[in-house]
Amino acid sequence: MKKYIKIWLTQNAHAFFFSLGQYIKNPINNILTTVVIGISLAFPAGFYVFLNNIQILSKDWDNVIEINIFLDTKISSEQAHIFTERMSARADIAEVILVSKDEALSEYKKLSGFSDVLNVLDDNPFPNVVLIKPVFNDINESKTKDLVNELKAMHEIESVQYDNKWLKRLVHIIDIVKLVIFILSVLLAIAVLLIIGNTIRLSIYSHRHEIEIKKLFGGTDSFIQRPFLYSGLWYGMFGSAIAWVLVTTSLQILSEPIKNLSELYANNFQLIGLGYMHTSYLFSIGILLGVFGSWLSVKRHLYSIEPN
Amino acid sequence: MIQFTNVFMTYPSGNKALQNINLSIEKGEMVYISGRSGAGKSTLLKLINLIDRHARGQIIVNGQNLERITRKRIPIFRRNIGFIFQNHRLLDDRTIFDNVALPLIIAGSNHQEVKRRVQAALDKVDLLSKINSYPMELSGGEQQRIGVARAVVNRPAILIADEPTGNLDPMLSWEMMKLFEQFNQVGVTVLIASHELDMIKHMNKKIIILNKGRILDSNNENKELLKN
Repeated sequence: MKKYIKIWLTQNAHAFFFSLGQYIKNPINNILTTVVIGISLAFPAGFYVFLNNIQILSKDWDNVIEINIFLDTKISSEQAHIFTERMSARADIAEVILVSKDEALSEYKKLSGFSDVLNVLDDNPFPNVVLIKPVFNDINESKTKDLVNELKAMHEIESVQYDNKWLKRLVHIIDIVKLVIFILSVLLAIAVLLIIGNTIRLSIYSHRHEIEIKKLFGGTDSFIQRPFLYSGLWYGMFGSAIAWVLVTTSLQILSEPIKNLSELYANNFQLIGLGYMHTSYLFSIGILLGVFGSWLSVKRHLYSIEPN
Repeated sequence: MIQFTNVFMTYPSGNKALQNINLSIEKGEMVYISGRSGAGKSTLLKLINLIDRHARGQIIVNGQNLERITRKRIPIFRRNIGFIFQNHRLLDDRTIFDNVALPLIIAGSNHQEVKRRVQAALDKVDLLSKINSYPMELSGGEQQRIGVARAVVNRPAILIADEPTGNLDPMLSWEMMKLFEQFNQVGVTVLIASHELDMIKHMNKKIIILNKGRILDSNNENKELLKN
């Protein structure tokens, strides 16, 4: 048993280095094939990074469920402050901000440019507004609706505004994008399989003479197929490396403009790239596709070659 | 060692390659198979090495009935047979060392053993100095001797050569036959197909003459045929 394991390891080591040597011997063809594989892998990897970043961004938005409470215009500033304190004391409310009617008026004057017209008015037409953020992240609205209904019943409150439709739409759009990316990734994985399968098929036929000789001297099917499987491994591994470089370089190019854009929205969002974990996934998937693609090709073509 | 009993072989085209072949080759024997082109010499060798499996009748090689060897067992069976081709069939992109080492690597020998045996085999064919060369750098005769070294490196029980001197001049052909004799002297069963009857009849070995798929002479009894 020990002897057979030793033979198996020796033959694997031989096929491992031999296939690497073959890869290096034909650099132009192999590099071109690897680049095509790399681009095919870079698309799903890039899509994944894009999706990951969108999800991180939307997660921040999830926590920004904001309810605007417009207090009755008869409510004085003191009463508004008491109401705000009462809201702050609630366990289901995380944050409460009071925008008093005076603050609202001065802000409107500043933004609208109608300050002269507003000065003519006898009374301040703006109500006191209380902005609250619930503690829960309630995208399905059930808890939020309960809270809004409870608030509406309070006598100090004129009206309550809550609109999370845009957030719901975004969540659904992200779900659709996820599905599209999944379908594209599957299609591109099939493309990688076909590219590697076809490359190995050509390699098998260009080594036809060698395969016949090996069979004549007692080479088993597994011995003969091993270098081709390792070739698939090299294509998958080097293709993944190219995909990683393409995605990382693209992120580097995009990171500064995106940072500048996010700053305009008072956000310090930064692009997240492929971490160690996702880089290892990329390489694992690339290698698996490489070996599987070559295995399919070997199964299909190698056994049809017999010495004559 | 090799036994054919009532063996018939017909190609799918209808061409009768072998007809009622009965022969027996003992262990350690050296036998020449001769005849004109198309006589069935190569077909007979292909049956022994399981390259062709369409024969009727019984063939026993190395104690194994070839009909009962499954596809999966063929590689193990072939490791006991060294094969030499007319056009040597070396791998042009590998060094002489790699070419000769191939049967040993297939058999799973370790690196030290591969190195030792390849050197010994090349020494035997007097081409150790070419160990790092490529086949294209060698003459036809040298390439054929490398083919012999590759065939014997794994110490097979049977050595089969199909027209090994077909591309060589008479001098090199004679040397090649003498080389086969040396292997035979150490106990290897040698079977050589050759149409060069003039040369092989001087080797004083058993000659089987085939004509249109039939054995004409298997005991050197047909002296007239040998003379002609």
